[in-house]
Amino acid sequence: MTSTLAAAATATSTGEAVQFWILGTVAVIGALATVLMKKAVHSALSLAGTMIVLAVFYLANGAYFLGIVQVVVYTGAIMMLFLFVVMLVGVTAADSLKETLSGQRWLAAACGLGFGILLIAGIGQASLKTFNGLGTANARHGGNVEGLANLIFTKYVFAFEITGALLITATVGAMLLTHRERTERARTQRELSRERVRSGHVPPLPAPGVYARHNAVDIAGLLPDGTPSELTVMQTLRQRGQIRDVSGTSLAGLRALEQRSEERLGRAGEPARAGEPARDHAEEEEEVAK
Amino acid sequence: MNPVNYLYLAALLFTIGASGVLIRRNAIVVFMCIELMLNACNLALVAFSRIHGNLDGQIIAFFTMVVAAAEVVIGLAIIVSLFRSRHSASVDDASLMKL
Amino acid sequence: MENLIALLVAAPLLGAAVLLCGGRRLDRAGHWIGTVLAAASFVIGVVLFTGMLGKGAEDRALHQHLFSWIPVEGFQADVAFQLDQLSMTFVLLITGVGTLIHIYSIGYMEHDERRRRFFGYLNLFLAAMLVLVIADNYLLLYVGWEGVGLASYLLIGFWQHKPSAATAAKKAFLVNRVGDMGLSIAIMLMFTTFGTFAFGPVLGATGDTSEGKLTAIGLMLLLAACGKSAQVPLQSWLGDAMEGPTPVSALIHAATMVTAGVYLIVRSGAIFDAAPDAQLAVVIVGAVTLLFGAVVGCAKDDIKKALAGSTMSQIGYMILAAGLGPVGYVFAIMHLVTHGFFKAGLFLGAGSVMHGMNDEVDMRKYGGLRKYMPVTFVTFGLGYLAIIGFPGLSGFFSKDMIIEAAFAKGGTQGWILGCVTLLGAGITAFYMTRVMLLTFFGEKRWQPDAEGHEPHPHESPKSMTVPMIVLAFGSVFAGGFFSIGDRFMHWLEPVTGHDHGHAPVSAATVTAATMVVLVIGAAIAWAMYGRRPVPAVAPRGSLLTRAARRDLLQDDFNHVVLVRGGEHLTRSLVYVDHTLVDGVVNGTAATMGGLSGRLRKLQNGYARSYAVSMFGGAAVLIAATLLMRAV
Repeated sequence: MTSTLAAAATATSTGEAVQFWILGTVAVIGALATVLMKKAVHSALSLAGTMIVLAVFYLANGAYFLGIVQVVVYTGAIMMLFLFVVMLVGVTAADSLKETLSGQRWLAAACGLGFGILLIAGIGQASLKTFNGLGTANARHGGNVEGLANLIFTKYVFAFEITGALLITATVGAMLLTHRERTERARTQRELSRERVRSGHVPPLPAPGVYARHNAVDIAGLLPDGTPSELTVMQTLRQRGQIRDVSGTSLAGLRALEQRSEERLGRAGEPARAGEPARDHAEEEEEVAK
Repeated sequence: MNPVNYLYLAALLFTIGASGVLIRRNAIVVFMCIELMLNACNLALVAFSRIHGNLDGQIIAFFTMVVAAAEVVIGLAIIVSLFRSRHSASVDDASLMKL
Repeated sequence: MENLIALLVAAPLLGAAVLLCGGRRLDRAGHWIGTVLAAASFVIGVVLFTGMLGKGAEDRALHQHLFSWIPVEGFQADVAFQLDQLSMTFVLLITGVGTLIHIYSIGYMEHDERRRRFFGYLNLFLAAMLVLVIADNYLLLYVGWEGVGLASYLLIGFWQHKPSAATAAKKAFLVNRVGDMGLSIAIMLMFTTFGTFAFGPVLGATGDTSEGKLTAIGLMLLLAACGKSAQVPLQSWLGDAMEGPTPVSALIHAATMVTAGVYLIVRSGAIFDAAPDAQLAVVIVGAVTLLFGAVVGCAKDDIKKALAGSTMSQIGYMILAAGLGPVGYVFAIMHLVTHGFFKAGLFLGAGSVMHGMNDEVDMRKYGGLRKYMPVTFVTFGLGYLAIIGFPGLSGFFSKDMIIEAAFAKGGTQGWILGCVTLLGAGITAFYMTRVMLLTFFGEKRWQPDAEGHEPHPHESPKSMTVPMIVLAFGSVFAGGFFSIGDRFMHWLEPVTGHDHGHAPVSAATVTAATMVVLVIGAAIAWAMYGRRPVPAVAPRGSLLTRAARRDLLQDDFNHVVLVRGGEHLTRSLVYVDHTLVDGVVNGTAATMGGLSGRLRKLQNGYARSYAVSMFGGAAVLIAATLLMRAV
């Protein structure tokens, strides 16, 4: 893909050009998606896509080590870290598209446009007609990795040491920041079970979606009278108020079924009798019989 | 085609990332846009290393990645702990420092 | 012998310090301390005088250098004293008359509870006036000059509870201030011209200096003299200064302080001799004031104000004589000394009359007092005869010589000045006779005072009459004593110089003319006040009389010209200050406030807005960098 001549070249191979234009478009689309998607998860995934494209570009430019590291560290570790935090913070939390600060969108667009134009103008002014390529540099110490290693441990050893210290500091810092001190003593298993028995509710709570038509985690199970029971949904979702209630649709569906069955069975026109549950029971039997 | 094109691409990605920082309200998405900016810088560095023909650009890009990783760790830890106390990840919530 | 000079000043200065700082426990002995120290100063002066007499005319001057006051490179100011014949004359006059008035005040101020302070202020005055006359440089003279101004203010306003006294003191101080400005400017000019303040170098170098500079210095000195000696245009304070107790009027506003201006001009004679224009100004001022004071004195019913007008007029004589140049310096000083005697005597006599008449000052309420206050009548009468120039008494010798010197100036000037002085002598005779007739002769026109007490005129106690008698002696004999063998002229000549001038008329003619004028003036006064009964309320009088009663409209003139103009200036300056200066300042503040209020909105607390600013700033930076590289 790259020129292997030691002399300065002026153009890359066509293969690389094609690769650049196609993948470059993908990268830009990925970047725009990162910025413009409503849900955070979608943003994260588009960013991961862009990063993979960039890894390909690194490989194309002769930075073999960096390309692999980009995939492994950046996309593999850092983007996954992002996704973990998105999960913790709230997958369903969506940004409203309404902008609260007046004029912010216009200013951002103007600044971005101006900045971009200036950068591109600056780059355009630079005379970069010829390039040297990494052939000699990579071959000097017998490979890209060896060359990088040579530089790290001789010319940039000080920066290397300091970044090492930085990583340790970052780790410790992350632990400190997210640590939650227990303010009370954790209850032992003995105490927990004692509490449970005393409350009178020994068996486990019903699973969500039981007696309903869905088995998703956030859909409340229905009680015998058709109303949803909050106990069936896990506590976190309960606190967040993210329980989906489909009892209304179920009940409406049951009523429609009852209507149709009555029409079919020629019992239309009979006044509605009191005691829905009895009717439900009858309809369910019918349903089961079907 | 000239490796200079990679520089143009890097500039474009950088601009998109910067605009994203200004536009989005979700703290995590803002962070992701910052990562996008860093990646654009890395791409520019690698392109320069190819243009100049030495590995210094790649070394700097490498260190940038290390530092970006450390930064992500701390930044996300901060967002998580902020979310624990405020139950909101909006960047606009921290607006008490106004005159 | 030289060391005694400082003691002259030290004694009354010590007295002032002790009396003013000592507190109430000194109230019983205060007046004795003050008088004794004043007398001590007089004794030292006599000792120095006898020592001086023993020497030849050329080396009579004594010098004493006390300490170096401002020893700065290029600006040497010392506290040093110089006692020559001119200073010695003044020293004797000041301490002698001063001691007599101290004794007089013991009785006059007996019932005043602030008497101790009064004596303290009197001593302070003595010390300052002595510094003034024995200083050997103009800067130290200025110190004394200001000191007597201060003492005058304190003493005029001594009865602080009277608003009129406080106002009069303030007026005196302010008008004097104008004169003081003249003296300080003159001193500054002297420094820039001569580089020094000492009398010797300054007066000796007048031959080498340009006439323009000397004229400027002379005019400024004249302004100073006008202020201190109550000459036109700075004369408005003297009449009001009569608000102070009578001893004050006698000492300060008759004998000593008001003569400081004459001293200044005579001492600076060399400057005036080299600047004829300044000298002409001096003469004009003297002539105008001479007539001004005389006219005012004619119309006043207040005995002290009448005498004040007389003082103004007599000092006009002295200033005129001093302005005549070497022809008149000696006579100016001689008249100054004799005037010191008889004017002080007249004032003390007036005080004695007031003391006996429940402090009544209106002469229309006097009358026929000669039987009740014989000693006062005699001493006052002798002073009266002296001032009108009755042959044989002191005023005859001194005033006559001035009139002769005026004629001896020569040319048109000589004729004009001579006639003016003659006319002044006539008017003097008129108003002084009027005072005598209204006070001591005629029927009793006594009225009960504001509280209903009938006046019981009686002779004053010995402490008051003895000084009056001593001064009467001086009024009678001093002039003759000075003229025998021209001894006063020979005494002063080495200091002031003397020129005989060219008299167009003989001395005898002048004397005869003076006598004629004198008789005419006295006769008119007799006709108006001696023969007819005196109305209790002043009749309306002619336009001139009415104007003279209002001090020839001096206060109105000052008000219109100076006060109104000053008020307009102040108001416009205040306006400028408010609108322009304050406007600029407040406007700046308001602009900054408005600006900051607008800029404040930029800080809305949202990180994203700040990010926009950062981004925009980065774009600007890049643009600038590109521009720099392109350029």
